[in-house]
Amino acid sequence: MNFILLFEQALNGLQFGVMLFLMAAGLTLVFGIMNLVNLAHGSLYMVGAYLTVAAVQWTGSYPLGVLLGLLGTLVVGMLVEVVALRTLYERDHLDQVLATFGLMLFFNELIAILWGRAALYTSLPAYLQGFIEIIPGSIYPVYRALVIGVGLVVGAVLWYVVAKTRLGMLIRAGASNRTMVAALGINIRMLYTVVFGFGAALAGLAGLMAGPIYAVQPGMGELILIQVLVVIVIGGIGSVRGALVGALIVGMVDTLGRAFLKPLLAHFISPPAAEAAGPALASMLIYLLMAVVLAVRPAGLFPAKSS
Amino acid sequence: MRTPIRMLAAAAAAASLAFAPLASAQQKIKIGFITTLTGPAGIIGKHMKDSVELAMDQLGNKMGGVPVEVVFGDDQFKPDVGVQVAEEMLKKQQVDIVSGIIWSHVMMAVVPVVTGAGKVMVGTNAGASPLAGKACHPQYFSTSWNNDQTPEAMGKFMQEQGINDVYVLAPNYQAGKDMVAGFKRYYKGRIVDEVFTTPGQQDYQAEITQLRSKSPKAAFVFYPGGMGVQFVRQYFQAGLRERIPLYSVFTVDETTLPALKESAIGQWETKFWSPDLKVPASEKYVAYFRKKYGYTPSFYGAQSYDGMMLIDSAVRMNKGSLKDTKAVVMAMRKANYESIRGPFKWNVNQHPIEDFYLLRAEKRPNGEVEMRIQRKVFEKHKDAYYQDCKMPW
Repeated sequence: MNFILLFEQALNGLQFGVMLFLMAAGLTLVFGIMNLVNLAHGSLYMVGAYLTVAAVQWTGSYPLGVLLGLLGTLVVGMLVEVVALRTLYERDHLDQVLATFGLMLFFNELIAILWGRAALYTSLPAYLQGFIEIIPGSIYPVYRALVIGVGLVVGAVLWYVVAKTRLGMLIRAGASNRTMVAALGINIRMLYTVVFGFGAALAGLAGLMAGPIYAVQPGMGELILIQVLVVIVIGGIGSVRGALVGALIVGMVDTLGRAFLKPLLAHFISPPAAEAAGPALASMLIYLLMAVVLAVRPAGLFPAKSS
Repeated sequence: MRTPIRMLAAAAAAASLAFAPLASAQQKIKIGFITTLTGPAGIIGKHMKDSVELAMDQLGNKMGGVPVEVVFGDDQFKPDVGVQVAEEMLKKQQVDIVSGIIWSHVMMAVVPVVTGAGKVMVGTNAGASPLAGKACHPQYFSTSWNNDQTPEAMGKFMQEQGINDVYVLAPNYQAGKDMVAGFKRYYKGRIVDEVFTTPGQQDYQAEITQLRSKSPKAAFVFYPGGMGVQFVRQYFQAGLRERIPLYSVFTVDETTLPALKESAIGQWETKFWSPDLKVPASEKYVAYFRKKYGYTPSFYGAQSYDGMMLIDSAVRMNKGSLKDTKAVVMAMRKANYESIRGPFKWNVNQHPIEDFYLLRAEKRPNGEVEMRIQRKVFEKHKDAYYQDCKMPW
């Protein structure tokens, strides 16, 4: 286990964590502010990936395609909020789970009808296909480095918006006491639609960045949604800071566990036993972590300060 | 209560007498075809369904002169749903025979239901080992293979090539373990490491980084469906395609090539069939399939098409009927039809004895990336379990 290998695996963990953060940020904002459990968040991730693939093909330009894909997901997200979710805010969580689960099925079938069930081909422009040498002797794909960069920038912007701007102030106010915010003359409906749209765009951003690495196929959102829910539980529901910390912890623990748990176990137990226990334990690691966090801090590491 | 039942019985007897001259041929033959039509694996089900419908087209929707209806069912990749679908087909739809099924665990659950109802099951993909060995059944036929055979072929090829220091990767579930076991039955060289990943995992960068740090001479992997798209793409993006040759089974095929394209070039696979196989029945199937659907068929489809042709041969031999299960089994055992794999021969466990080929993904002059047969690895290969099958012939 040399230093370069450890460094590369840490980068891999960071990259996975950043991806989870983009998904978790939108989901946790929607839950914290609107008190809405949105299982269809994974569908927006899928919509982002598909719209971007289509837009890149249509325009022939990668940056333009990405921009159109993002805008498209924003619009789809706002539409979903206005048409379907608006009626669910006053209902209890079970109704919301049922309704958004229905939305998930709807989007999966819609995508299958429009694009077919086969995974789509996605390619990267040549300038994103190379490698960079971050420290001597370690090569890392440019694209994955870019994902890390974009994720960290988005995280910083999000923090700035929530903590320093008027919109952020409204969001925080809405999270802690929506009746009071509405009473002060703020159009809370409009605020909800905007927040939901931006949450959708963040999911779309995660989806479009995942496209060239993962398989763009119907149902791709559900695969990542479970890990995102783990992130939110660990980080604390409704808190963007919690989502960031939770995502980075989950990304690191999962990646390092998959890489090093088996050789590490082999030091303590017999190699065949490590062979059997390593992979099983590595895939359970983030859920074990979640259980521990729930036991020690039931509200998560950084719970949102709301009444 | 008694009288109506008696009357019904009398009516039934009268009806059966009235129709006595027609008893040999059925009015209509009903085939139940179970596959996965929704979710990420739905693409495999689509290849199979399209192939079944193509077979029906070619048969003019008739088998032995009797009209045929195919009822499709979606198992949703779940054994319990598969059993439900099969029961509905047998009881409500009154199908004469059941076919299809992609997954071993679904097959293991459905076979007892079908055989228990006195009907025949023609499996067209899943190759669960118990069904080839101890749990073999006269009413269960397979037009595919046993799971172990394909990795056995790859193990044999890599052994013959004298490739040493192989890094092995597969998902951590029964089929993954079976594939690695089949591979190791014929590959006796050094294995650098065996890594089992979470089923359904999306990101393999951590595993690929570990692999690169060990500098193996080759990698052998099993990643079906979407996992294959992700793994192969990320392997290519990590720049390992040229440095460490990638050998695989059930990872790159016609269901995933459209998503992989360039990233698959140079991939080695073993299979019993490929669209470029030079066998008349296969060439006919591929040509008609491309013409009707505008895409290239996969082995999933070829096996399903083959299953329909096998059923057709049994119906013809029994003069338009599938009612007598014993006679159906005897007719199926004759396998008197043109298989897409060439001359067809059953093993004692009612699994085919067949050849296996080495395939490579190549860029064709028309710009498409296709799997091409390089050479034959196994001639008339039998699976490793048939000796456990004690079934009288």
